[in-house]
This record gives sequence, structure tokens and C-alpha cells, in this order.
Amino acid sequence: MSAKTWTPKPARPAPANTVGFVGWARENLFTTKLDSALTLLCAALIIYVLDVGLGWAIVDASFSGDDRNACLKPVQGACWPFIDAKFGQFIYGRYPEMERWRVDWVFALGLLGLVPLLMPTVGFKRANVIFMLGFYPMFSFFMLTGGSFGLAAVDTSDWGGLLVTLVVAVTGIVGSLPLGILLALGRRSDLPIVRALCVGFIEIFRGVPLITVLFMASVMLPLFLPDGVNFDKLMRCLIGVALFASAYMAEVVRGGLQAIPKGQYEAAAALGLGYWKTTRLIILPQALKLVIPGIVNTFIGLFKDTTLVLIVGLFDLLGIVQLHFTDSTWATPETHITGYAFAAFVFWVFCFAMSRYSIFMEKHLSTDPNQ
Amino acid sequence: MTDPVIRISDMNKWFGTFHVLRDINLQVAAGEKIVICGPSGSGKSTLIRCLNRLEQHQEGVIEVEGVSLDGSVKNLESIRSNVGMVFQQFNLFPHMSVLENCTLAPIWVRQKTKQQAEALARQFLERVRIPDQADKYPGQLSGGQQQRVAIARALCMNPDIMLFDEPTSALDPEMIKEVLDVMVELAEDGMTMLCVTHEMGFARQVADRVIFMDEGEIVEENAPEAFFSNPQNERTKMFLSQVLSH
Repeated sequence: MSAKTWTPKPARPAPANTVGFVGWARENLFTTKLDSALTLLCAALIIYVLDVGLGWAIVDASFSGDDRNACLKPVQGACWPFIDAKFGQFIYGRYPEMERWRVDWVFALGLLGLVPLLMPTVGFKRANVIFMLGFYPMFSFFMLTGGSFGLAAVDTSDWGGLLVTLVVAVTGIVGSLPLGILLALGRRSDLPIVRALCVGFIEIFRGVPLITVLFMASVMLPLFLPDGVNFDKLMRCLIGVALFASAYMAEVVRGGLQAIPKGQYEAAAALGLGYWKTTRLIILPQALKLVIPGIVNTFIGLFKDTTLVLIVGLFDLLGIVQLHFTDSTWATPETHITGYAFAAFVFWVFCFAMSRYSIFMEKHLSTDPNQ
Repeated sequence: MTDPVIRISDMNKWFGTFHVLRDINLQVAAGEKIVICGPSGSGKSTLIRCLNRLEQHQEGVIEVEGVSLDGSVKNLESIRSNVGMVFQQFNLFPHMSVLENCTLAPIWVRQKTKQQAEALARQFLERVRIPDQADKYPGQLSGGQQQRVAIARALCMNPDIMLFDEPTSALDPEMIKEVLDVMVELAEDGMTMLCVTHEMGFARQVADRVIFMDEGEIVEENAPEAFFSNPQNERTKMFLSQVLSH
């Protein structure tokens, strides 16, 4: 009897309805009758929203014109010429047109410093941080306020639009993170007085609305200052917003601190590391990484809360858009909604960018292979 | 006998109202290896955690290398840096690579340069037989490997004394041996060691003295031969029959 020779069976292609798009759709969209119904319902909803949205924003919209007559068609969509005509106001507010190049420089230099800072692969992080936290704020301050180096002075009451939104938001973000970390550490301190002060600060600022803080900063605070001492309203708002945001930040960071196992403190202590070195090298890097979503959530909230500075007479992006609704040159039924859509879009771009960056950072910093 | 490197006399400690360590007296000479065993809750971990003041005692005296560990101790950090500790749960820093775990304290406490610290770290990682894992993160290693990194991390500070707090209790059976082998080698090199463990084979092999604790007291202490073959106390006999029978 001769030995059998075994030849492997040739591979056959998978059944046509289990691979490719058809296979994917069967697997994910039409698994059961209920799935199919939900898929069709959602598809219909998406098509409807796109139809209405794009119809308004593109198909029925006006794209050019010099006044309200461009936006008075029988079926009128967005009135984009309004945005075009007011664009400078929306970005700079009443910042003098001749001086707007200074704002452009501040924006450009900020972008130039920020982008490499946010990219983990680019080196020179220490120099970059010193540039952004040391040189850049000074540069921006002298550039925007003027009054020295041969630049004309521009009063902060003339600032407005996206400029004010960004100044308030960026100062709030940059100020609230370190302050929040210190408050969170203080709240967990063994020193009773430090702890009591931090708890008091956090609970007071968290317990009142931001509007109250802004009112206090702009109306009440000057009453307590001696005569002749007066500092800028925008400056007072910046401080108010930063303090307010730091109270929230402190609680976010505290959540991260509490998640660090006791063993980490003990291991650091056993190696001879003191409190500050342990905090800086062992605890904060882990705690902050854990609460990146919460930190960015607070940043996004803060960014949108900047619109409240309108209440004390500062015109941020939304405020200045609303201000221009009263312009009779552009009085059309679609002006409001076009302006709001524009403002919403600008806010969304910034907030969405922060959100995506935080997700990227979480993945980049992960050292746990099981996640 | 030379001056003891650790001297504990009439030491008492309470957790709140619970009297966890009672009238502890113990002297450890340089180079001595001491194994501490006993049932859980007997205070053995607390005892060695008092030696680098991770726990604070309330009564009595603890002296480490001639310095009394009381509330007024100024240079606690320098004492701690001379006393290495290995924990049951490893307690590696998960956000740092193995190499960074080992170089952290030499750089920040001993003021070594990065090059010096890395050379030292690689030397000790070699010694615990994981030189090729230096750039991995703790989460990528097995338990036994993590514990060996923890030992290397402690050794990088060139400690005079090493404390082991149940170093193999959180490990799979297969990994216990690789950690114990490293500890045996360390003992053979003359390190002063205090080790809380249930590994009686290890105690037999390396210990100069075995200490049995229960209810916060040192019940019995003896050389391993005598301790295992001829326990003096009923409580010790019962404990040994439990741990040696399986």
C-alpha cells in the first residue's frame, strides 16, 4: 500500500455578500430588522438636515453685494456679504484700521510659537516654552496696547471681536492651569491653614456665576481701590476669568491626584525624593495625563464663557456680531441668523481643534499597552 | 560585634487606637540578613516600614546608621536614600521607562549626571538580568520583571540597607524564583537585608536570623536551622506547621 500524498485544498474566495461594502453593510447596518429601520431613519434625518442646511448656506445664499438689497430674494438663504463687509470689525473690533497690522503680528507670532509647541516631535521645547510664556506675552502687551516704542496707544475699550475673545480665553487658559494645580495641591496639603485657604477660594469662586465675578471685577473692585488708582477694565476681566477658571481647574486636577495610588508616593519617598520633587516628577505627570479630558473640557467651557464679558461692556466676537445687527445698511430677515452662524462656526473651530488635540495627546502619552 | 546599623528599642506603634507594634527590640549588624515572617496582621510590614519612616512610631527609639528617627529628624530624605525598599506591588513609576525609573533618584537626589546615572542603571539592570528591557515601560513587563526592575531601582541609590516587603507575594508561582534568585545573589554580595516573606526556602538559604511575629510582638527569633528544626514557642510551631505543610 502506498502512502497517501496530501495536497492542501485551494483557497476559495469568500461568499460575495460577506466581504467588501456589501458585507460591511450587512454586518453593521442591516443586522436585524430593528437595525435596518434605525439605519433608514438616521439616513433620512441626515439627508433632511443636509438639505435644509446646505440649501440655506449655499443654494439660496447671497455671496456678493454691498448692502441689504443683496439679501432680499424671495427665498433667501444666508446673507454672506454681511459677514464680508463686517469681517474686519468681527476680528479686530474698533481697533484703528491703520494699526491692525499689530494685531496680525501678534496672531502670527502666536501661531508660529504654538504649532511647534503642540507637536511632540519638534525639539527645543524648553526654548519654545520660554518664548511663549516669557517673550510672547510681553511682545503682545506692548504691540496691542502701544504707547511705547513709537507705537500709537490703543485703548483697550477699542479692542473687540475675535481679538478680545482670544485675549481673554488664552489668558484664562494659561493662568488657570498653574493656579488650578497649586490650588489642588493646597487642598490636599497637610498644612491646615493652606488647605483652608484653598478650599475657601475654590468653593467661593465655584459657588458664584461667572457674571457675578465679572461684575465684581468691573464695578465693585474700583470702589475698594484708593482714588486715582485705576486699572484697565479688560485687565480686571482677565484676572476675574482666570481666577474663576482656576477654581474649576483645581477640582479637575484634584480628581487626577486622588487617582494616584499611595504606593507611588511611598516609592518616591523610599528613594529619598522630597515633596516638591515627588509632586513634579511622579505625581503631576501621571495625574495630569489622567485628567486631560477634564482639563480640555474646562478650557472649552472657558473659551465659550468669554462671551459673558459683554455684560461688562467688552465686545468679544459674539458681542460685536450682535452689535452689528443694528446696522440699518444690513437690516434683512437673514442678517441675525447669518451672524450667529458665523460666530458659532468660529467658536466651533477653536473648540473642536482643542478637543481633537486632547485626544491626540492622550494617545501619544499612553504608556499602557492594554489601553 | 560592630555597632549595629539598625537599633530598635522598646518601640511601640498604634494605628489610631489599635496597638500594632508592641515593645519591639531588635538590633541588626552590618551585612546581616534577617527574614521576618508571621501571619497577616502581625505587624511585620509595619515594622520594616518604620525603618524608613513610611510609618511613624509613637514610643521608643529607632536608630538607622546612628541617626534617631524621630519627629525632629532633619535629613529624613538622606536616610531614606541610604535605605532601599522593595514593595509587594512593585510601585514602579508607570509613566517612565525602565531606565528612567532607575535613573530618577540618582539624578534628582544624588545629583549625578544623566550619563553617570544611566551607566549605573544599566549595570544594575544587567545584574537583575533584564538589560534588554531598559527602554520598555513597566506596563509592558511581567510581574517578575517589574519586581526585578524595582530591585535595580533601589540598588541604583547604592543603599547600605535593603528592605523587602513581601516582594514575591504578588507574583505568579513561575516568577517567584527569578526574583528570589536575584535576592540570593544580593545577599551573597554582603548587603544588609530585612525581608518580610513567606518563602521559607529563601529564609533557610540566606537568613542569618529568622524572626517570627504575631499580634505586634516578636515571638521568637533564632538562626534558621534552630528556628525551623526546633521552634521554642507553641505559636511558632503552629505557624510553621501551617506554612511548611503545603
